[in-house]
Amino acid sequence: MATRLPLAICFIFGLVMFLQYFSGHPLARAAYNHILDWWQIIFAFTLLVGVAAFIKSSLRKTQVKKDAPYALIALAGLILMPLLAVIDGTDIDSPFLWAFENMLAPLQATVFSLLAFFVASASFRGFRARSVPAAILLGTALVVLVGRVPLAESISELFPKVTFWIQNYPSMAARRAILIGIGLGSMTTALRVILGIERTYLSGE
Amino acid sequence: MKIVNYLIYILLVLPGSLLARDDAAGAESGWFNPDTWPTLIISVISILVVAYTIIAARRGKAVKLRAIPGLKAVEEAVGRATEMGAPILYTPGYGGDIQRPTTIASMNILSSVAEKVAEYDCRLIYPTHDPVIMAVAQEVVREGYTRIGYPDRFRPDDIFYISSSQFGYAAAVDGIISRDRPASIFLLGTFEAESLILAETGNSIGAIQIAGTDSTIQLAFFIVACDYTLVGEELFAASGYLSQNPSILSSVKAQDILKLIIALFVIVAVIWATVDPLSSWWRY
Repeated sequence: MATRLPLAICFIFGLVMFLQYFSGHPLARAAYNHILDWWQIIFAFTLLVGVAAFIKSSLRKTQVKKDAPYALIALAGLILMPLLAVIDGTDIDSPFLWAFENMLAPLQATVFSLLAFFVASASFRGFRARSVPAAILLGTALVVLVGRVPLAESISELFPKVTFWIQNYPSMAARRAILIGIGLGSMTTALRVILGIERTYLSGE
Repeated sequence: MKIVNYLIYILLVLPGSLLARDDAAGAESGWFNPDTWPTLIISVISILVVAYTIIAARRGKAVKLRAIPGLKAVEEAVGRATEMGAPILYTPGYGGDIQRPTTIASMNILSSVAEKVAEYDCRLIYPTHDPVIMAVAQEVVREGYTRIGYPDRFRPDDIFYISSSQFGYAAAVDGIISRDRPASIFLLGTFEAESLILAETGNSIGAIQIAGTDSTIQLAFFIVACDYTLVGEELFAASGYLSQNPSILSSVKAQDILKLIIALFVIVAVIWATVDPLSSWWRY
């Protein structure tokens, strides 16, 4: 019963969500919207569980010397931001917005900026011409890189054209082949879940 | 029939009822939307093919999957972590939620990893950006430990929610990688811009990395920065590959049959469009 009931719920909701896609009837659209609302409610409750797990995990980390400063900062942020919002609101001149714009946003931008350096280091490793395919990859990457900058057109009108061709034909063909595989994989996974063949999410079997 | 009609009428007139909040666009449509015919036909064909392969497998027709290096390396990754006495880090990426088939596929792999981790008595750290994923992952890992006979080794605190902010999540996972120095890292799920940040940090500490995602843009980063990458449908075939469940394996075979059908359709459409450039039936 403990397994059959969730499987039955999964099958019914999976079938309803599948069938509603093909219907333009208001009842089908409304059912879809309501199920999405339920999803939001479930999410809100699990968020509470998530925050509780985060606090528990952070408190445990405060006992470990190397993790303690980070865990304390994380906990301080978790308490401080909602507290600022409750005390002084979230208006333009509020301390909450000041903290958001001057602390959180720059921190996020900093992490995002790391990507530039990581792209450089990954490219350095990836574009080593150690074999014929790697050399072709390196050559193609160089053509695309040069072709994407405005200077390329002044060197030769051929550069942007070749870049366009590489991106829209060989590259796109490979991407679409992968996308078709992903689409089919997603579909069969969804079918397996709806039909109850795949039960890992229910604690396996 | 009259009762059904009355019921629908009541639903229509009740304020705040299901129909009262619907958008005006759908109000004029019938039970079946004719625009969805092509999708319906493709869906029915797909379901029939999957059903056929599952029935064939249940009748004893064996299905063999080619070796997938990324999945063969799971044992090696867990073994390496055990030998080094270091933890394993598994994260599903920022881009997905539990409704996404990629996340479900990732959970299937997590289940097998959890079994091996429990067997070898290794530590598994699972940070995530989504509390629902966290709840499901805790259940999947707990069951994996129980199935293998070591429920006492399960540490629920190691599967935790970090932040719903993309770069907050990336920074936190990066911090865990830098401080705890996991021997093996699994990056399996839907990844966005954080993919390379995580993969390069993992690479910098020398961890063995197994990655897989449904984002074609991030796949390129994983191929460069990780030891093994599950490309395209390999991520979805993992469940069958690792469990050797005949029904799941047969649905993987269905994918190949459907791929063949799509390839034939593309060839026919290309020839048709070349012969009759004004035709458009194949554009759906």
